[in-house]
Amino acid sequence: MTDLKTAATTPLGSVLAWLNTFRSRHASWIPVFAALLILVVMFGFAQWWFGNFLSPRLISALLLDNAFLLILAVGMTFVILTGGIDLSVGSVMAFTGILCASLVSQGVPAAIAVPLMILCGAGVGLLIGVLVHYFDVQPFIASLVGMFLARGLAFLVSLRSIDIEDQSILLLQSTRFKLGDWYITPTGIIALVVVIAGVLILQYTRFGRTIYAIGGNEQSARLMGLPVARTKILAYVISGICGGLAGLVLTAYQGSGYPLNGTGAELDTIAAVVIGGTLLTGGSGYVLGSMIGVFVYGTIAAFIAFLGAEQSWKRIIVGALLLVFVVVQRVIVTRSSRRS
Amino acid sequence: MKKLVKHRVFWPAAALVALLAVNAIARPAFLSITVQDGELYGSLISLLRNSAPLMLVALGMTIVIATRGIDLSVGAMMAVSGAVALTIIAESATPEAPEVIALAIGAGVIVTLIAGAWNGFLVAVLGIQPIIATLVLMLAGRGIALLITNGEITTVNSAPYKFMSQGYVLGFPFAFFVSIAAIVIVVLVQRRTALGMLTEAVGINPEASRLAGVRSRGIIWGAYAASGLLAGFAGILYSSNIMAADSNAAGNLIELDAILAVVLGGTSLMGGKFSIAGTVIGVFTIQTLKSTIVFLGVPSPVTPVFMAAVVIIVVVVQSPLLRGSALRAVRSVRGATNSNTTEVAK
Repeated sequence: MTDLKTAATTPLGSVLAWLNTFRSRHASWIPVFAALLILVVMFGFAQWWFGNFLSPRLISALLLDNAFLLILAVGMTFVILTGGIDLSVGSVMAFTGILCASLVSQGVPAAIAVPLMILCGAGVGLLIGVLVHYFDVQPFIASLVGMFLARGLAFLVSLRSIDIEDQSILLLQSTRFKLGDWYITPTGIIALVVVIAGVLILQYTRFGRTIYAIGGNEQSARLMGLPVARTKILAYVISGICGGLAGLVLTAYQGSGYPLNGTGAELDTIAAVVIGGTLLTGGSGYVLGSMIGVFVYGTIAAFIAFLGAEQSWKRIIVGALLLVFVVVQRVIVTRSSRRS
Repeated sequence: MKKLVKHRVFWPAAALVALLAVNAIARPAFLSITVQDGELYGSLISLLRNSAPLMLVALGMTIVIATRGIDLSVGAMMAVSGAVALTIIAESATPEAPEVIALAIGAGVIVTLIAGAWNGFLVAVLGIQPIIATLVLMLAGRGIALLITNGEITTVNSAPYKFMSQGYVLGFPFAFFVSIAAIVIVVLVQRRTALGMLTEAVGINPEASRLAGVRSRGIIWGAYAASGLLAGFAGILYSSNIMAADSNAAGNLIELDAILAVVLGGTSLMGGKFSIAGTVIGVFTIQTLKSTIVFLGVPSPVTPVFMAAVVIIVVVVQSPLLRGSALRAVRSVRGATNSNTTEVAK
């Protein structure tokens, strides 16, 4: 530390000193910047490798192809910030998606089917939240129940895939707002709106601050008189609602509902959130980080698709990247705790 | 009687007995065991046989959970060990030779032992949360298994390899003896030495046990390595049952079944006290439940709803909230009828 102070007279030294202060003041943002750095490096590498990777088309497709994952990741961020985990999101997405497809195919208007599917997602979230808070079930087990329940219900609705013919839902995907080569679909807009809503709720509302407080130390939050029960349950409900929205987006994206959709999506979501710098112990992380994490995940998938390599590599690379990130996070956490 | 009811394994065992009774009443054939060429057949026997892979995985999971950890990678490790073993057998000229089989099993199990040790390294040395540390291999493991088999489902023909899951010894399925051996070894190692107590100490308070001189790092490391080893054997059994290395289907979701079995057996996910007997009962409960659902004619994709319902009932019954209110209700009833006796009883 002392040598840095003496070196502060030189321009390089002052930059270093500024970086040092920045790092200590914004320690919780460092993992997010690390994820951003990885994303940029990956973009650069892919561009150098293929020559035509970074096109407006591909970046637009990145948002479009991963819109459902992005929505799930926002909900998951809320839950992980409270120190919990939600394994049910993939199944909830499948359940609400097939429910929507089935209702619409029976002539129920989309204006009724869509709120109903979001309500179902919220219901599963509520069940998990109540189990976690009032019955003291570990989040892992409680959300496992939600996962089994939603997956089973999805098969109860239909064992086969159901095509969507309702135009109002298909339009979510087929409408394209273009700006030059860039384009965005209503599904992409839904995902971005969810991200913005997540950022605003977490940073600027009392509820959002309470979530961080619970993740930091639940006991202290309770002693401070914060509404722990309500907030914790609401976090799971939000994750459930995001699951319902993701179901809508995925159904529109695929043009059909399928009960086997999203198997393993919960793990992809958790991986994306962790890559985005959210600590699984809770209390530290950002929705924007999760968004970057999803893009990192999507870029890996796109890169492998470009390469024409086997999809099994995607799993290995995501696993390896996850490892790098948790080790980096671990180093950051031990350092900051040593400093304090 | 009171002591019996208070025993930790009482409620899990009662649940299993109730489930078996329901089955026995609903379908009398459930209990019947036939003898054919000196080999036993019947629902109960196939229950013993089919539960072997889950039993091995759940035993490893129990030890890991006792250290306050969790191992999500067991299913992926099963896929890896099956892929390694069957690739060796498929590429050898003599797939029936005992030394080839031994080499295949040994290689498969050693690979997962190393994988388990890797998990242990991440958790014990680097201090990464168990869920995430094992999630790495859960994601990457199946990819590696697919690479080993070149993305195909490797099939082999080898009578001795098939024997492990299909064969019979002394009238009982060979796989059943594998479960028994695993249970006995785990019980001997954990309960006849101080290791079990030290494991519980690490799970209850890692810092305090370290200060008390327990080498918690080595114990945690060992727990994950043991879980990897057992998952490896489970993968061998699974691949011998279908005689194919299906990297996507092998051990799919078995980590969840194993965790459920451990929790049903009364071991808390918060670590500390663990019960091997409870886990054994939990495994049989899950296996019986699955066979019940098949018998009921429920389409197997809908199975999860039943699993969810059972887990909800079990965790709610075990939850402190319900137990507390039930206890209070009992006390208030007793207090109203005869307050003196309750005082004495206390």
